[in-house]
Parts: sequence; C-alpha cells; structure tokens
Amino acid sequence: MIRAFWRKRRIPLASLMLIRQPVRLAVALAGISFAGILMFMQLGFRDGLFDASVTVHRLFDADIVLISPRSTSSVSMAGFPRRRLIQAMASPEVEGITPVHWNLLLWRNPETLGTRSILALGFEPGHPLFTDPTLAEKAKLLTQKGRVLFDEKSRAEFGPVAEWFREGRTVESEINGKRVRVAGLIGLGASFGADGNLLTSSETFLDLIPNTPSGSIEVGLVRLKPGSDAEQVAQRLQSQLPDDVTVLTKQGFIDFEQNYWRTSTSIGFIFTLGAAMGFVVGCVIVYQVLYSDVSDHLPEYATLMAMGYKLNSLLGVVVREGLLLALFGYLPAYAAGQGLYLLVRNATQLPVAMNTVRAVSVFSMILIMCMLSAGLAMRRLVDADPAEIF
Amino acid sequence: MPIPRRSFKAMGTSSLTIDIQALSHWYGKGSTRRQVLQGVDLQISAGEVVLLTGPSGCGKTTLLTLIGALRKVQEGDVEVFGQQLRGAARGQRQRLRRRIGMIFQGHNLLRCLTAEQNVQMGADLLPNLGYRARRDQAREWLRSVGLEDELGKLPHDLSGGQKQRVAIARALAAKPQLLLADEPTAALDSGTGREVVELLKRLAREQSCSVLMVTHDPRILDVADRLVRMEDGRLYQTIS
Repeated sequence: MIRAFWRKRRIPLASLMLIRQPVRLAVALAGISFAGILMFMQLGFRDGLFDASVTVHRLFDADIVLISPRSTSSVSMAGFPRRRLIQAMASPEVEGITPVHWNLLLWRNPETLGTRSILALGFEPGHPLFTDPTLAEKAKLLTQKGRVLFDEKSRAEFGPVAEWFREGRTVESEINGKRVRVAGLIGLGASFGADGNLLTSSETFLDLIPNTPSGSIEVGLVRLKPGSDAEQVAQRLQSQLPDDVTVLTKQGFIDFEQNYWRTSTSIGFIFTLGAAMGFVVGCVIVYQVLYSDVSDHLPEYATLMAMGYKLNSLLGVVVREGLLLALFGYLPAYAAGQGLYLLVRNATQLPVAMNTVRAVSVFSMILIMCMLSAGLAMRRLVDADPAEIF
Repeated sequence: MPIPRRSFKAMGTSSLTIDIQALSHWYGKGSTRRQVLQGVDLQISAGEVVLLTGPSGCGKTTLLTLIGALRKVQEGDVEVFGQQLRGAARGQRQRLRRRIGMIFQGHNLLRCLTAEQNVQMGADLLPNLGYRARRDQAREWLRSVGLEDELGKLPHDLSGGQKQRVAIARALAAKPQLLLADEPTAALDSGTGREVVELLKRLAREQSCSVLMVTHDPRILDVADRLVRMEDGRLYQTIS
C-alpha cells in the first residue's frame, strides 16, 4: 500500500516551492508561529485563570459540598446553619462531614507591616479537610490556639514567611489585628480570588472574626461511602434539606466557582478576543504569503495546465503548501508556548500549563487559518489561463 | 459545403494528426470585435514537420493555442488526433493536452525546480510508471539534449540555450504525438537556435511526433517538411 504510493509519488512541488524561496518561507513561518504563540498565551492565561480560581476547591476531601445559596464565589461566601450539615449525616451513604469556615482576612506582612487580604479556612484539626494525607499530621499543630498553617505558594507580598519559617525563626504576624503564629507550611497555590491562603482551627478562626453568628459555617464537606452515586445523593439532599442551603457535588462546586469568573467577569471574553485576534493576524499573513506566491508563479502554473495538469492537482499544490506551513509554523509556536508558560508560572504562581486540548485546538486553529488562506489564494490560480502564456 | 467535408473526413483521415476546416476566430465583443482567423484550413499528417511563418499579429499564436486545446473553438472544425475540439469540455481538453507537447517563446521552466525535476514534471504525466522509472526517463531526455552534466542546476544557473533545451526535454518527456512550438529560437543566438531546432526535429522524428512550429527565423526554414505562411488571418500553403 505504502509502497504503491511511494512508487506513484511525483515531484514534491509544494515543498520545493516553499524551500526554494527561503525568505518568503521564513516570513510565513514567523507569522504563523506568532499567531500560534499569541493564541497559546491568550488561551493559556484564560484557562490558567479559570484553573487558578479553583486551586483550593480541587483539594477538598469531599464528594458533596454544601454552601449557602447567597454565596456567589470564593470571594463572597455567605454563611449557612451548621445544622444542615449535621442533617445530611442522616443519609445512609454519608460517611463523614467537615464544617469549614471560609473568609478573606487581612494579613499583616511581618516585614513591611502592610496588610493584604488572604483566604483563611477554619476547620476542626481532627477532621479531614484535604485529600492530601500529609495535612492531617500538620493539622495537629493547629490544636493550640492562635496557630496557623501558611501557604508557602502564596504571593511574595505577604512577606518572607516561608523563608523565615524554614530558617527556624518564629514567625508571628497579625490577622484582623490579632496575633497569630505560623505553626507550619502547606503548599496550596495562589488562586484568582486570593493571593494567598492559610489554614487555622475553627476556634482560632472564630477568635479572629468574633462577630460570626454561632453555628454558621460557609462550606460543608460531605464524604460518601465508597460506591455511592454523588450526583444522586446530592439531588436527594437538596430536596430533603431546607432552602437555606445549596447542595453541590465536588465537581459542581468547582464549576460554580469557574462559572462565576467565566460569566460574571470579562476575563473569558478578553482572552478569547485576544486569541481571535491572533487567529485573524495569522490568517492575513498566511493569505498574503500564499497569494503572492501563487501570483508570482502564475505563468508556471499556466504552463503546467498547458502541459495537461488538472486544475485540481494544481489547487492541491496550494493546499499542500498551506498544510506544510501549518505544520512547520505550529512546531516553533508549541515550543515557544511551553517556554512562555514556564515563565508565566514562575512569575505569577498561576497554574498555566500546556494541555492536550489546548495543543490540539491551537493546531486546529492554525490548520483552519492556513486552509482558509489557501482557499482564498486559490481563487487567484483560477485566473491562470494557459492560452495567455504563448 | 460542410456536409461533403464531413463525409470526406469520415472516409479516412485517421493518419492526420491535425485536421482544421474553415476555422475562424474573433477577439473582443461588440464594436471592438476583431477577426483574427478567417476560414483557416490546415492538415498535418503524423510525423510531419510544418513551419508556420508570417508577420506578427497575423494570428499564428491564436492558431497554435486553438490546436493546443488551450482556447475554445468558436467557429469551424478543429480535429486533433481525430477528436473534435469545437464544444469540447474542459476535462476533455485537459486530457488531450497531455498528448500535445508545447514549447514556448520563453522557456517557462519552473524556477523552483532543477533541470531534472523540470523534465520529470513532463514525465510525471505518464501513467503507470514508478517514480524511479520517470526519473530515469527525465535523465535520459536530458542526456539526449546534451545536458547530462546540468541535472541538478536551477533554471537561473543555465544559459538561454540550455534552458530551451530543458524545455524541449520536458515537452518530449510526456511522449507527445504532437509538438507545438512558438518561436522556440526567439531568445537564442543564431548558432544555438539552429542547434536547438535540429535537435527538436531529430528527437521528434525518433518519436514519430508531428511538429507545428511558429517561427520568424529565416535561417531554420530548411528543417521543415512543409512551410505554411499566414497573413491577416488567412493561410497560404507554400510548396517546398
């Protein structure tokens, strides 16, 4: 089969046309790569920001999450009665629950003494909170009042807490004007709504915000017995429990947060528009290159038609040129995308990384871009009149 | 008139490569319409070498493009290899062109291809031949035009005569039964021009390929079996 194709092959006109015009090829590849990089960056930022908004959400050890219907996002979580979580325990599938306090508090930078808002989670140190098993050990440190676990992946603006702690110093600071001591470090990561995170016990948390109504929590984690259908249980709980609580699956909780950033802010639109601009710029460049390539070679194409080549096989040459440009323009864009993601990751702590979906979708965009341009450039080829070349 | 003509052809003109009867052609439309061919009759038998001369603008090139199936026939009959070209569809004309070799005033080589690849573009039109076989044929043709040492050169590294010889090799590589040449010596000096035309004639002979060549060059008239002269869209046979 392959051998038959190999035998039937002809002079690779498309690749020779590109290779023998190195300047034009370089311009085309640079343009396509640029467009690709632009799309990679814009889509990368967009997905990275959406991903970042749920850095903490993903870590919870829960199958079902209870929140208040008045909560709109992680930066404005409202409280609901803790009783609802206890009521949920009545379901036979439920294995365990963890009530969680959740709020943005003002953290004083121990070095510069400036304050900045940090996401604080309060829970009973004995309860499981995150799926990460190392946390349980560290949580014991919180049983003493006024102790916090500080997220070492928080942004640098919160002060050199992690460095000082590792050096063995006692790191103390203020939250909402009350003294706290850093008992240990955890690694969560900055999110979109919060530049840093810290964990503390419910007791300390309530101490930091004394006017919290008693028995009110912001998030209720529910763990189900293995083999239970979380979707089904969540639906049943929602119908059993009063209206002052919303029951979500863990994925639903993640979607709830991402949906807020996607629909209630302009982030999605802005970055998608940026990617679209990259696409348009790429289209223009590829079209220009292919169009002038066809124009320059018009007498040669006409000669081939006079020799008896079909118009379709000549259109095929333009299509193959487009395909080759797409392929060889994509590779540098992919490599540069990887490099720039690394750069962004280091600079912003945002989880911006290459994933298969984006790699494939940017390639598809480049392919569409090149095929569209090739299609438009072909219209020029139809002008090639073999009768005119004599 | 057309009826006896048709029956005459039906009786047995199969050895004719070209059979043209009462061919007329116009350019432009309305008041700017201008007749370039006026009732041209021309027959060329297989293997014949015919030279077409005449002042510029008399319609020689138009005749060539009509025979080469590059233009639609407006009035009259043009039969090439026994196929009527008047009203022929695009696909039929394209298939017919594969059997006709063409050599142009300019060499019209593909700039991005080497001499060998250019000739292979002609050989690539041959069906049922492997890549290697077609490449070997291309080399063989370049050898027969005396360019075996220039296989890998791009057209801009070749001299005018060499380019025209590559063009001849390319036209012949598709094994045509008819060769149309439009002033192939126009861009060449007299010595080279003579050489190229003699080469063309010899190779066409070997392939028993008919040749219709338009030329202004009086020094090459003696290679022809027959001379035809065109003036103001009319054809005058010259017995030689």
